[in-house]
Amino acid sequence: MHAAVAPSIFDAVPSSWYLILSALLFTLGVVGFLIKRTLITVFMSIELMLNAVNLSFVTFAHDWHQVKGQIFVFFVMMVAAAEAAVGLAIIIAIFRARSTLNVDQIDLMKL
Amino acid sequence: MHLILFLIFAAFSLAGAVNLLLQTHPINSALSLIVVMSSLAVLYLLLGAEFLAIAQIIVYAGAVMVLFTFVVMLLNVGEEEHTHGSVVAKAIGFPAVVLIFCVVTTVILETEKRLAPIRLTDRITTVQDLSKVLFRDMLLPFELTSVLILVAILGAVALARKEGHT
Repeated sequence: MHAAVAPSIFDAVPSSWYLILSALLFTLGVVGFLIKRTLITVFMSIELMLNAVNLSFVTFAHDWHQVKGQIFVFFVMMVAAAEAAVGLAIIIAIFRARSTLNVDQIDLMKL
Repeated sequence: MHLILFLIFAAFSLAGAVNLLLQTHPINSALSLIVVMSSLAVLYLLLGAEFLAIAQIIVYAGAVMVLFTFVVMLLNVGEEEHTHGSVVAKAIGFPAVVLIFCVVTTVILETEKRLAPIRLTDRITTVQDLSKVLFRDMLLPFELTSVLILVAILGAVALARKEGHT
């Protein structure tokens, strides 16, 4: 019934755009890691970097028609969840011992 | 259609990431991170990864970020103090960040010709495709993550427990 819709430039996005977005998000994560002064926001920047890398994995998995790239993202999510649980427990322990979360005042390994 | 959706959600994720850096209160940063993670879930859908899009919402935007907001509220973290920060971080860190970004972007643009453009009509990865690989080839790593999660739970409980309540 309908005439075939002519392919328009709106239908396709180059893979490199996704990869550059991923690189930008990773860079913003590193900048956050450097400039943030609260321990918990530094930790959030790490999560941002993990997410940025996941986007690259999914893009490459799509480009090469490989499922394993997505499996890797699944594992990264699991490890990140475990890491968040342990990391936040460490943050709570540090806060109990020091009563501050400012990274400039937490510069000793000893609690 | 794909281009419009990509631009909207790429802009959302970048705006969320920049807002994460600019906000001084940790709870605002946490909420910006939720925006980033949710828009990344939409981008996963555009790339045909339906399982990962849902997992991103449930695991990241749901579980992990709830944990973050809980800790921010539990510790009653206030506004960020403005300190000068480390000189080394400024002198080496920022040039290194710019360098990393330039190198990665150059490599991506060099290899652009070998990458196919992404269309919404491309084949999507169903949960069946994913589980066939996950439960056959990747069964041992999958089972090992369950041990890892168990160890993480025990570690979190042991670390967060109050001293003296043994």
